Amino acid sequence: MFHKLDGAKLPLGLRLICSAAIAALTAVLIAIVILSGPAAPGLQAEVAAQLARSGVDNPVTAVLLNFRSYDTLLEVAVLLVVAVATMPAPGRRLRPALAPTGDMVLIGLIDLVVPVVVVVGAYLLWVGAYAPGGAFQAGALLAGAGVLVSITGRFQFSFGALPARAILALGLLTFTVTAAAVALQTGVFFQYPTAAAGVLILFIEAAATISIAATLVLLYGSLVPPAREQESGP
Amino acid sequence: MDSGFLIDLVLAAGVLILAWLSLVATNLFKAIVLFISLGLLVTVVWVRLGAVDVAIAEAAIGAGLTGALLLAAWRRLWSQRRPVRDASGGDNVS
Repeated sequence: MFHKLDGAKLPLGLRLICSAAIAALTAVLIAIVILSGPAAPGLQAEVAAQLARSGVDNPVTAVLLNFRSYDTLLEVAVLLVVAVATMPAPGRRLRPALAPTGDMVLIGLIDLVVPVVVVVGAYLLWVGAYAPGGAFQAGALLAGAGVLVSITGRFQFSFGALPARAILALGLLTFTVTAAAVALQTGVFFQYPTAAAGVLILFIEAAATISIAATLVLLYGSLVPPAREQESGP
Repeated sequence: MDSGFLIDLVLAAGVLILAWLSLVATNLFKAIVLFISLGLLVTVVWVRLGAVDVAIAEAAIGAGLTGALLLAAWRRLWSQRRPVRDASGGDNVS
């Protein structure tokens, strides 16, 4: 199906018109950016002023998990929808995704690398309160470790199982329950009590990290062809 | 012309060239590898722009996991085409 795309060439005139239109649009956009003067200051001053009440010292984490936590909640919800869409049918036994590899170098490397990646992931999650880092970065790193483990074929993640589905939903569940629970105390959905904000943010981020990592590993697992088809794979 | 400006210039040119190459590559595997390289270069661009948070996410998700997903999808395409064109060898998904 890809060969057809390569072969199909537009007529020369049409290609010239398209190139000219794209070039003109790009030039106009660049001109607008240059002519519109210096960028607006944004909300950096407001964020800096309120940072002490957010419970964390990193402005990015403060915005993502406190000031605009509703956006992040919806992002986590989108990830859960993706996970549901790619999940294997409940109760279906997965065939082994890959035949166990006999590659001792790969196995030895993974034995060394995966524990380090898990520790670095936890560090990224923790350091997100003070410096660049946070749930999405830590989750992606853990997912990388999960992908590494799954390509050896020695372990397999069966996401049809009930505990796995609980893990996939954990992030959204913790996020929503926490937001509702703080509403009982402060009266507003997502308004954390200032004293407990740091702990609550870490709690939510830890749960979100696990769900993000599981979702990304599930995505990778859903793409790997079954073992019988690729015994002599590339 | 200070060295920072020179680095930015090289990065901007590199990003544009890699993006162009990964779009016009007719071999799928080549396009995927070029796309992963583009993600790594964009990571450096984010660091230069001072957005370290975005850089970490780009390195982990944009370059790492997207690359793994694309390669897995490529391998799946390859294994599905394998029975049809068995005689002509493998690497024809382009």
